Amino acid sequence: MMTNDKIIPLRHYGRWVSGVVLIGLLGLIVNAFIVGQIDWPVVEKFFFSAALLDGLASTILITICSMLMGLALGVIFAIMRLSQNPVSRMFSGLYIWLFRGAPVYLQLLIWFNLALIFPVVNLGFAQYRMVDVMTPFMAALLGLGLNEGAYLTEIVRGGILSVDKGQLDAATSLGMTRLLAMRRIVLPQAMRVIIPPVGNEFIGLLKTSSMASAIAFTELLHKAQVIYFVNAKVMELLIVATGWYLIVVTILSVFQMGIERRFARGHAFGEKRGFLGTLRANAFGGKRRDGA
Amino acid sequence: MPSEIPMLRAVNVHKSYGDHEILKGINLDVDKGEVLCLLGPSGSGKSTFLRCVNHLETINAGRIYVAGALVGYNERKGRLYEQNEKELCGMRAKIGMVFQNFNLFPHMTVLENIIEGPVTVKREDPRTARRRAYGLLEKVGLRDWADRFPKQLSGGQQQRVAIARSLAMEPGLMLFDEPTSALDPELVGEVLTVMRDLAESGMTMIVVTHEMEFAKNVAHKVVFMDQGCVVEEGTPAQVFDNPREERTKAFLGSIAERAPAR
Repeated sequence: MMTNDKIIPLRHYGRWVSGVVLIGLLGLIVNAFIVGQIDWPVVEKFFFSAALLDGLASTILITICSMLMGLALGVIFAIMRLSQNPVSRMFSGLYIWLFRGAPVYLQLLIWFNLALIFPVVNLGFAQYRMVDVMTPFMAALLGLGLNEGAYLTEIVRGGILSVDKGQLDAATSLGMTRLLAMRRIVLPQAMRVIIPPVGNEFIGLLKTSSMASAIAFTELLHKAQVIYFVNAKVMELLIVATGWYLIVVTILSVFQMGIERRFARGHAFGEKRGFLGTLRANAFGGKRRDGA
Repeated sequence: MPSEIPMLRAVNVHKSYGDHEILKGINLDVDKGEVLCLLGPSGSGKSTFLRCVNHLETINAGRIYVAGALVGYNERKGRLYEQNEKELCGMRAKIGMVFQNFNLFPHMTVLENIIEGPVTVKREDPRTARRRAYGLLEKVGLRDWADRFPKQLSGGQQQRVAIARSLAMEPGLMLFDEPTSALDPELVGEVLTVMRDLAESGMTMIVVTHEMEFAKNVAHKVVFMDQGCVVEEGTPAQVFDNPREERTKAFLGSIAERAPAR
């Protein structure tokens, strides 16, 4: 009897209205770009131009290098910050205070202009002129890497502190040294907490690297600017640059998901569907594991 | 069991955190192959004492000897020198410890948990370590669970893995810090069974526990601690059936009221 009752679902008129309004809004934005005086063929022409691809490669290179430098510094300074040695703790604190405190833009300028106060790099066995050493790439690497390291120090420290103290007890009681316990037991578990914010940092860094155009580092935005200074197609080239940033960020996000899943080892069980998996399951019906 | 050197000898061990004195001069001997149960109300210093034995906690005064060797310090010309990390780790590798909260490594499978110590600390060949690990898992009845992660196991199973992990280091002394206190009542038995088998195989064990039946049936020696002091020690029969001290009587009385024998 009950099964024959037809149920009339509650109508959510508010959802319909807001849905229509949002789609309309989206249409307006798209329309604005269509009617706007954008020279689309120019966008198309420059999207895969050698100059911009070259800039893109530089952007990716400097981002990866700065991130690696930042990660190395982050782990080292985080361990120093948690050390028993008060001098190490203070030194690490000082590093964070300095490189997190000053604007990145300013730090880039300082590194780039370092030759003004230290004209010569003296390594004892060899001497170099600072202007030769401090290339735009070098200045960008130091500026971005040191700044990133300061942020990552705090992220890594948070991750290490999130690991239960009992884990260190267990590792220690097995006869592990502090360093071994850190490497084998604490850091792999801290990674689970560290990776999502590091992913954010990576994406942030990719975008911040555009500031290096100020010190003549020929990354993506710099290349776009050089071209529009010549042909005056400002918006078209900015659109190209935007497109590339979005593409790279999207790829990075996919990578991040993969890495997160890897370090969730021992924590996430059962199937976890991503966005595409959810779409597929909704479209074709998901497999039920319990056989129901 | 008269043996030349006791497995553990604690002499006048003192420990305090700031002004708060946790251990007020503990003297204890545990012979090789002996099972010692440490009883006492919470806050009496049992767990702290256990953590001092493998130097997870430093002591403020006194001496602890494991298998005749001073723990944590080298004594030269009447002065104590702190041991370096290598010496401490070498000593700890010979002492197994099982914790109240298991402390298994959650990012590793059961098997990986067990071989971690032998492979990274003792540099044992992973294949040999794995073979031994399966043997140990057999012993604790979890042979089929080798590839699971700790989170997929019940508390009792996790604690049995933790025991196997400690045994993988082939320790001469096993420390148990309230190994069943975090378990659901129906899971306590399986862990105690493993511990009983271990005791029967001749392992020297120091067990901090509230399981009176276990202490009665398995321990060779029972020590009752209260407020940082050893109040009474003797065989289970002496301590349980004929306690001399009022505090022991009061404690055993309160336990008996609360939990009838399992």
